[in-house]
Amino acid sequence: MLNNKGRPTQPAAVDSTDPQMETFTGNKGLELESPLIFEQGVPGRIGVDMAEPETVKSRLGGLDRKDPIGMPDLSEPQVLRHFVRLSRQNYAIDSGFYPLGSCTMKHNPRINEKVARLVGLGDLHPMQPTSTVQGALEIIDSLAHWLKTITGMPAVAMSPAAGAHGELCGVMAIRAAHEARGEARTRILVPESAHGTNPATAALCGYKVEAVPARKDGRMDLDAFAAKLGPDVAGVMLTNPNTCGLFETDVKKIADLVHEAGGYFYCDGANLNAILGRVRPGDLGVDAMHINLHKTFSTPHGGGGPGSGPVVLSDALAPFAPVPFVTRGKEGFDLVEQTEGAAQQSFGRMKGFHGQMGMFIRALAYMQSHGADGLRQIAEDAVLNANYVRVGLQDKLHSPFPGICMHEALFDDSTLKGTGVTTLDLAKAMIDEGYHPMTMYFPLVVHGAMLIEPTESESRQTLDLFIGAMSHLLEKAKAGEADDFLTAPHFAPRRRLDETGAARNPVLRWTAPENSDKEGTALSAAS
Amino acid sequence: MRYMPHTAEERQEMLVKIGVSSVDDLFADIPQEARLDGLLDLPLHESEMTVERNFRTLAAKNLSPYMTPCFLGAGAYQHHVPSVADHIIQRSEFLTSYTPYQPEISQGTLQALFEFQTQVAMITGMEVANASMYDGATSCAEAVLMACRVTRRKKAVVSGNLHPHYRDVTRTTLQFTEFETKNLPPVLEGNEDFDEHIGSDIACVVVQNPDFFGRVQDFTALADKCHEAGALLIVVVNEVVSLGAIIPPGDMGADIVAGEGQSIGVPLSFGGPYVGLLATRQKFVRQMPGRLCGQTVDQDGKRGFVLTLSTREQHIRREKATSNICTNAGLCSLTFTIHMSLLGETGFAKLAKLNHSQAVTLAEKLEAIDGIEIVNDTFFNEFTVRLSGDASSIVEKLAAKDILGGVPVSRLIPDNPDMSDLLLVAATETCSLSDMDQFVAALKEVL
Repeated sequence: MLNNKGRPTQPAAVDSTDPQMETFTGNKGLELESPLIFEQGVPGRIGVDMAEPETVKSRLGGLDRKDPIGMPDLSEPQVLRHFVRLSRQNYAIDSGFYPLGSCTMKHNPRINEKVARLVGLGDLHPMQPTSTVQGALEIIDSLAHWLKTITGMPAVAMSPAAGAHGELCGVMAIRAAHEARGEARTRILVPESAHGTNPATAALCGYKVEAVPARKDGRMDLDAFAAKLGPDVAGVMLTNPNTCGLFETDVKKIADLVHEAGGYFYCDGANLNAILGRVRPGDLGVDAMHINLHKTFSTPHGGGGPGSGPVVLSDALAPFAPVPFVTRGKEGFDLVEQTEGAAQQSFGRMKGFHGQMGMFIRALAYMQSHGADGLRQIAEDAVLNANYVRVGLQDKLHSPFPGICMHEALFDDSTLKGTGVTTLDLAKAMIDEGYHPMTMYFPLVVHGAMLIEPTESESRQTLDLFIGAMSHLLEKAKAGEADDFLTAPHFAPRRRLDETGAARNPVLRWTAPENSDKEGTALSAAS
Repeated sequence: MRYMPHTAEERQEMLVKIGVSSVDDLFADIPQEARLDGLLDLPLHESEMTVERNFRTLAAKNLSPYMTPCFLGAGAYQHHVPSVADHIIQRSEFLTSYTPYQPEISQGTLQALFEFQTQVAMITGMEVANASMYDGATSCAEAVLMACRVTRRKKAVVSGNLHPHYRDVTRTTLQFTEFETKNLPPVLEGNEDFDEHIGSDIACVVVQNPDFFGRVQDFTALADKCHEAGALLIVVVNEVVSLGAIIPPGDMGADIVAGEGQSIGVPLSFGGPYVGLLATRQKFVRQMPGRLCGQTVDQDGKRGFVLTLSTREQHIRREKATSNICTNAGLCSLTFTIHMSLLGETGFAKLAKLNHSQAVTLAEKLEAIDGIEIVNDTFFNEFTVRLSGDASSIVEKLAAKDILGGVPVSRLIPDNPDMSDLLLVAATETCSLSDMDQFVAALKEVL
């Protein structure tokens, strides 16, 4: 079974050659399993002590819950142990090299976590009178200043909650700007290699998405782009450096062309890490760009979130920015929360309250720790590391776009041809070597793509060992030892999982066994 | 710089190996005229000690709700977060992992997501839930988009008593789509009449329970009316603890529940990050936005978990995806799951009961003050009070006495003179009797 990327999603029926010694408990030394939390409770236990509720006259209007929910009761040490055991089944940056291209898996400093939890920051309520949160508003204002200075842009919308949410913010600002001029443009141009969020975002803003092909050198085809421009084009969404890890050398021409056509230039800032302090997007003609604070500025990825995606805006788009935003007056900082007055042209509101404050604090702490000097060093070391890996593997793997790359090195799977080993198999074998695999099968424009982003956090020794391990695996594959790859991973908490089966018959929640007579575990009528 | 390992010598050796003479050669693709030669106009790097001091100084400029009587709600609620929850989410394996794209080495995140989805489905009385959304307001907007896809209709009717941020976010999200929202005006007295708005062209009706003013309502009859017209009922819950005490939306006939999960395990953090909840019926799963975790088996037949039904998502469907969302609330959904696991059936019900009794106690104390009227007859842990003067200025006067005495309705619904004297007041398990008495005494002084 192959999915639409040609990636097998069902494990091959190859017999495992592992020594499969079974234990009575199912645990193996430090490999400790934990059943679902729902399979562990005994009614009447509790993991949180609290005061006994006073007996009062109910004001629930007779709408009291009647049926039990079905959740398990556990004590605090049981819950702690459960989640500690779960945590140990995760790979993490803190435990090893995580070269996941396009994701910027860098070191997450713990000072960021500490300051985000300070009394007077982590516990602030969003609806406190602004007179009581001047320090919080100063943090937002200060982070905005850093973001504007780093990008060379005059304005920033702070509230978007993630990268894709930032894209939505930027494209909505573009549409609002066109509408304010009385123009109803219908198309957005997006390069073929773009993140999937770009076309999805444009569609949500009512635009027809048109893909622009790439040139042989991995950059957007300028001629094809120019040919697609017209009075109905609202703008272009371009990732720079792009998803092939390359700087779009024609970026200024692209900006000029789209501006001449009356459109705007949205830059996907996912790869900002590569250019910090080396070039400012504002100097390249960008009108809007989201910044993934969870990538570039190290607010942790946290297993998939929460993110934060402020959007820097040009003067042309700034008036359309969403509320809320912080203003600075004689009597201190204030919040503009309604689309009136100073925010009359604002296209609206994107989320509840004021943005991902917890992420703002972490990002600002990270920026202060680096300073102007450290930020530039980040870009230099990230690009240095990526090129070091690229050169280290160039005899073993094929680069579809040879030459200097930015923060990530891209390879295709042509070297694996005829070995019986796919990119996916290679990735699973990397797990056995103790690595998190690179990004695979993205960008879609490269066959069997392997996108390796080492980030600035890694030492030369780590990279040397990784290059050695990859070379070893590739030699093994070429030597015809495909079986070890097809059955990999052998040393992870799970072997390959049946993704096809999971999608065909979705089991998305636990349900109590049919004949369960345990009090409190029977499900309510809904299931 | 403490975070970057290379020495100057190593950098030089690596450049030689790459075959370039300087680091500038690595940036040669950047147009000459746009290259920055010097440093950005920002301060230089600072030590960890200095950074910590900077933030302590900033924190000291704020009034901490933790250190002072606090009765704020309006969509974000102060609750105790157990130490275990905050400890676990700081474990490296959860904090510094990415989206579980390699399930063999991400079972920790995946199993926790499966448990989260189950808990959310259980407490809302629904069949399935996704792996979370950005927050309650964005979840509400996504629920409306989903209802339009399910019904193939284009109009959503939105209750006037839905949290104004949720209304604004929904309107903003839909404004450039083919779908539209009809926002009804707030009805302080409750019992909004939706009858004249429900028709064969309506995709959904969106209501909130308890509503923005705190009122608890039964939407069973409304659900029936929606279903008769072929429309869906979306119920928004922004105080999720209420589900431990009142009939869940699923039992009232809701088709989609959109909620804010902040109250369980997520610190207030000045409004974010929070955790959006989205639950629905099994038959609508393929129209659901966001990530989903599903159960499966591995090659050895062991139970395991994977991200599933990704053919709905943007990285495969691109412009035809159900949503452009590609993250979830990650650590916030994890802390929710941990806190909910600690509470369990017994603790969740008890926490809800405690919140309600706290609010009733406070309401009784406030009702005894001359010039104060409790507007809503029913409530959970938050209610609306009519004061004898402008609520904003009274709140400012209370803040000057270091009491965070509620949210003026006018901050969220401005330009409505009838509401300028309304105050939203919440009481949770974190309020002590002494906090309440200080509040009452201060109110008497400033009224």
